[in-house]
Amino acid sequence: MMNWLLVAVVAGSASAGNALQTLGMKHHGEIHDFRPGPLGRAFLKVTRSWHVPVSIVLMAISFFAFLSLLSVADLSFAVPATAVEYALSTVAARYFLKEQVNWRRWTGAALVTCGVALLAL
Amino acid sequence: MSSARLHRKTRLLAAVVILANVFGNFFLSLGLRQRGPSLGISPLRYLEALASPWVSLGVCVLVLWLLSRMALLSWADLSFVLPITSFGYVLTALLGRLLLGEQISPQRWAGTVLIALGILLVSTTSVRTSVRRLRRNVR
Repeated sequence: MMNWLLVAVVAGSASAGNALQTLGMKHHGEIHDFRPGPLGRAFLKVTRSWHVPVSIVLMAISFFAFLSLLSVADLSFAVPATAVEYALSTVAARYFLKEQVNWRRWTGAALVTCGVALLAL
Repeated sequence: MSSARLHRKTRLLAAVVILANVFGNFFLSLGLRQRGPSLGISPLRYLEALASPWVSLGVCVLVLWLLSRMALLSWADLSFVLPITSFGYVLTALLGRLLLGEQISPQRWAGTVLIALGILLVSTTSVRTSVRRLRRNVR
């Protein structure tokens, strides 16, 4: 029971974090310059809107829940159970981020989710 | 930016994201395995765990993962990036086999094949579909 509760926290907060982080980065616009200075300034700039900082908090929650899950369950349970994150994030990408998720992407995401789940058996 | 250059940039950064994720998780797992029993919900025990060298190395590599993924998401779709970077699971299975001597069951090979097929399918779609629409919302 505790394991599944942790799985829900890991997958739910990671998916919400993914979606918010994508939104924040898209608002910033494409990063062209990968030299350390401009790259550092770009990362500082994205922390000025709330999307990216909140997404990092959500991902930190997911991360600590995952650490906690790893300490009570095997890696071979933890990794596949949290694979549901792929399905949840694709749904968020389609309906929240308005990405064009065509059948190849839906099928790809479903194959990855099933594949990750199989890895543990 | 030309489409060929965009694809090259995307592939390169995706490789960084994948490797940082795999090695970050591997170091974390190594550090936590050495510690033994459950972390529970006490914040103090998390801080203790973070002080172990393997766990802190894992955290540093995962910070690199986060930053490189943010850069990738600045132009690529989430529904493109997530399946593509799931190649990390295949690498994790191989690392477990090669470095930790874990057995890979037929089911695990089947899972690996499914992931590879999923990645192949998604990689035939365009890297970004949403940028224009989101920018319009911002204005």
